[in-house]
Amino acid sequence: MSSLFEGVIEAFRLIVSLDPDLLHIVFLSLSISGAAIIIGTLLGVPLGAYLGLKSEKKTRLINKLIFTLMGTPPVVAGLIIYLLFSRMGPLGVLGLLYTPWVMIIAQVSLAAPIIAGLTMVGVRSIGNEVVENARSLGAGPALATWTVIRESRIAILGAVITGFGRIIAEVGAVMIVGGNIAGKTRVMTTAIVLETRKGNFELAIGLGLILLMLSFIVNSFLYNIQRGGKNN
Amino acid sequence: MIGIRKKYEHEVLRVDSLAIKKGEIYGIIGPSGAGKSTLLRIINLLTPPDSGSILFHGKPVSYNGAARLAIQRKMSLVFQKTLLFRDSVRNNVAYGLRARGLALPEIEKRVNALLEQVGMTDLAARRADTLSGGEAQRVAIARAVAFEPELLLLDEPTANLDPGNIEMIEDMVIKMNNLRSITVVMVTHNIFQAHRIAKEVIFIHQGDIIEMGETEKIFSAPAEEKTRAYIEGRMVY
Repeated sequence: MSSLFEGVIEAFRLIVSLDPDLLHIVFLSLSISGAAIIIGTLLGVPLGAYLGLKSEKKTRLINKLIFTLMGTPPVVAGLIIYLLFSRMGPLGVLGLLYTPWVMIIAQVSLAAPIIAGLTMVGVRSIGNEVVENARSLGAGPALATWTVIRESRIAILGAVITGFGRIIAEVGAVMIVGGNIAGKTRVMTTAIVLETRKGNFELAIGLGLILLMLSFIVNSFLYNIQRGGKNN
Repeated sequence: MIGIRKKYEHEVLRVDSLAIKKGEIYGIIGPSGAGKSTLLRIINLLTPPDSGSILFHGKPVSYNGAARLAIQRKMSLVFQKTLLFRDSVRNNVAYGLRARGLALPEIEKRVNALLEQVGMTDLAARRADTLSGGEAQRVAIARAVAFEPELLLLDEPTANLDPGNIEMIEDMVIKMNNLRSITVVMVTHNIFQAHRIAKEVIFIHQGDIIEMGETEKIFSAPAEEKTRAYIEGRMVY
């Protein structure tokens, strides 16, 4: 209990002191997860919309695959990407292992299936009805598809929020592919694991509280956009 | 329409021949599950028939993408379940005009004129999903006629509406037909409504067109016993 209390104090101390190491970790965490969520959205939304508009019978196998990938344990995703990018792996020549780039790739692999899967469900729930209305008003295939995406924007934002929640909090994948190198690939979650292992519980809790606050701020922002979507 | 057949689990529609005359208002009546909505969807090219052909101005309609779109743009369908886009009333009414690539000033002009015509100028900026059922249906019809289609297809446009809104929508349909010479084909369960506004009535039963003709004639002296039974409320279904 005292560790928790001291953790709160430590969190405030870290924030107030604008600790450069902490700022770097926070900045890196947000940069990696931010880039991953943008790429994951760019990949997941079109794929989800495409699948949502297709007959379920024709996409059954790929639906199952996406739903399975939605639950991929981060350590498994990290391990696969590690093997792909390790020196002996097929992409080892790129030299990306233990860099923020491969951490982004790992997080994209976790976020994209969630965004695609939830977008697919959202689009499928209204897709046919919207497409038929759009077509009966003279929309061509492209405009009809865009209309469905627009009408599904609340569900899509929900998918993005869920995807972001998953990657900002995950530790397994970024630990394996990033290596938790101080000043280079250390992010909030891997720093928390490290400090816990070192017995610095106050600092670990402090970092955890800051991570929760950051997650709250980003999710509040996305939530407000979603609420705006309901009102526009 | 010639030799149209449509089957889902069982055959739901058989139309050997049906001609829609320009400028008329047709009322399609018949019991639930008779094939009325399927007929509208086939006319609107949303559902392809299993066999038979559809002719528009005497020319066979192709289901090929661009050719189908060109014909679809000459008509519009208002569905039984109103679906307005999550946008303003104005943008909903403008949708079909934007789909056709009209210039913005022209879109503005037409939307303003139409909103005035349907008495919804004050609600132009309102979000469409905050409208009452009657208002939403008026917007749906305004949206469907904004681009002046040659053929307006209405599937139960006044189902679940109060008498005031029913009257308003019926007036709108008649006005569109009179002022813009839009041909109207309306599915309705309400035989009194068909009597009030249709110039011709088509009675469908179990997928077959049983009888079709001038409204007064169908209502006063139907040729078929099934039609008479339906009109007199004796048909159990």
